[in-house]
Amino acid sequence: MRDDLQLISDWIPADASLLDLGCGDGTLLAHLQHHKQIRGYGLEINQDNLAACFEKGVNVLEQDLDEGLGNFQNHRFDYVVMTQALQAVLRPDQILNEMLRVGREAIITFPNFGHWRVRAYLGLKGRMPVSSALPYEWYNTPNIHLCTVQDFETHCRKSNIRILERQVINRRHHSGLLARLWPNLFGEIAIYRVTV
Amino acid sequence: MPQQIPDDAPWSAEDSVGLVEPRTLQFDTALELECGRTLSSYELVYETYGTLNSDASNAVLICHALSGHHHAAGYNSTDDKRPGWWDTCIGPGKVIDTNRFFVVSLNNLGGCHGSTGPSSINPETGQPWGPDFPMMTVKDWVNSQARLADVMGISRWAAVIGGSMGGMQALQWSIDYPDRLSHAVVIAAAPKLSAQNIAFNEVARQSILTDPNFHGGRYYLHDTYPRQGLILARMVGHITYLSEDAMRMKFGRDLRAGRFHFGFDVEFQVESYLRHQGEVFSRNFDANTYLLMTKALDYFDPAREFDNSLETALAKPECKFLVMSFTSDWRFAPERSREIVNGLVHAGRDVSYAEIDTPKGHDAFLLDIPEYTKLFGAYMHRVANEVENGVNNVEAGNHA
Repeated sequence: MRDDLQLISDWIPADASLLDLGCGDGTLLAHLQHHKQIRGYGLEINQDNLAACFEKGVNVLEQDLDEGLGNFQNHRFDYVVMTQALQAVLRPDQILNEMLRVGREAIITFPNFGHWRVRAYLGLKGRMPVSSALPYEWYNTPNIHLCTVQDFETHCRKSNIRILERQVINRRHHSGLLARLWPNLFGEIAIYRVTV
Repeated sequence: MPQQIPDDAPWSAEDSVGLVEPRTLQFDTALELECGRTLSSYELVYETYGTLNSDASNAVLICHALSGHHHAAGYNSTDDKRPGWWDTCIGPGKVIDTNRFFVVSLNNLGGCHGSTGPSSINPETGQPWGPDFPMMTVKDWVNSQARLADVMGISRWAAVIGGSMGGMQALQWSIDYPDRLSHAVVIAAAPKLSAQNIAFNEVARQSILTDPNFHGGRYYLHDTYPRQGLILARMVGHITYLSEDAMRMKFGRDLRAGRFHFGFDVEFQVESYLRHQGEVFSRNFDANTYLLMTKALDYFDPAREFDNSLETALAKPECKFLVMSFTSDWRFAPERSREIVNGLVHAGRDVSYAEIDTPKGHDAFLLDIPEYTKLFGAYMHRVANEVENGVNNVEAGNHA
């Protein structure tokens, strides 16, 4: 399992209810179902991922995140998780609000555009950064709303969203000393647990 | 009579259930119906495909739609030109894999393909039931199906599966017999009919009821049947089964003779198609059954028993659900399936949902559409795995 998913599953207590936005092949939900008896649903639009979830026995609903979460009641879930999708939705601010409406807490991961390698790529090469965390070219990237650790935290402050926990990891998915000291410079993937 | 079976005969194909024979079961315990009447005895005709395992845990029930019947897969005789109505999905190695599942498919009560219905003889009068046959509901069908399961020694279905009206039966099963199924597969269905749906049904009914050959439903005694009414009913129905795109792709504005005749005979291909569909249907379907089935559809509304709260109704099921819809289906559009899904999510039930992108309209559920086959197949694969690993016998009911 991806290290960010491992980290997230450590944050989620047993028997919690969960909504996983952009749940992919259902790895996180299946893992939490087995090990922590969580109950929940994933949202996904990719057919291969839907099929993978069906086979795993994970509840998955075909639903486009850009159409909102209006079909879920307020505080329906203990946790709403969105891994590596914030940068790909039409309105990250709105989906964040929606996550905190239907869930008590939200867990979000995104590639940090403030990482030194990204800055160097753009600064020195003068080209849009391509890396393992950002593997696309400018013309085909689904990542239309990239942000930095600092951007995200500024937005949270402005929107009265409380950050309960933060982890940044590098591309080897380790949380080194540098990343802990200067997350916006040395973190490649940021993981947040937030609430209102 | 021994017959030479050619190797390439469709019934000997590897993925066909082959030649199958319908069976009939007689029930002599009175069945109480939702309308307040009772059927003192009745027959159900059904087919089975595959083999029931030793603990009877691999049984799957197929519920048919408006004009469906028990013959869902394979061939009844070597003269059959076409296989059963859901042969695309049922067979060895297919989505509903008969190497793994024991599949039961019946003709519903009130039908006209062998189960007791309006064209059967009423034992009290010695005449066909006709309009005196009691009105059936989806709930009644589910009750009669449960009795069939009892006789067959099936205490719990691995899955109850249906498209359109069949999906409604699967949904009703989950509410009325929560401990007797592990999965409900609800395809191209709705939690109840809309006013528009009922309106189309009413046009179909009126065309039959006003046919001079209807004779108040006692046409059997006059050795005739409301042919024109049935044709019209089917033509109207058929328009709602196809999408506008499907019709455009299939017929466009193509003319049969290539030019206008300036008359009212068949000119456009779509007219020819509808008339043909209606014609074939009128020869093979009983008008009273059509009336009864459309009414059963109109009455279907499981939330009604629960203060009109679908969420409360859907708190009853214990099974897991697969709900599927088709983007171009305007009879039971994806929004209608999502009503079911949302009700299940609110009630905390296990549910998965897929919306198949296709221009084929409502009829898509009967077709072999790669995306549909893949997703439906993936789900059924899991159901079969659960059966084979024995996970469905005891299930804890802790819901999110």
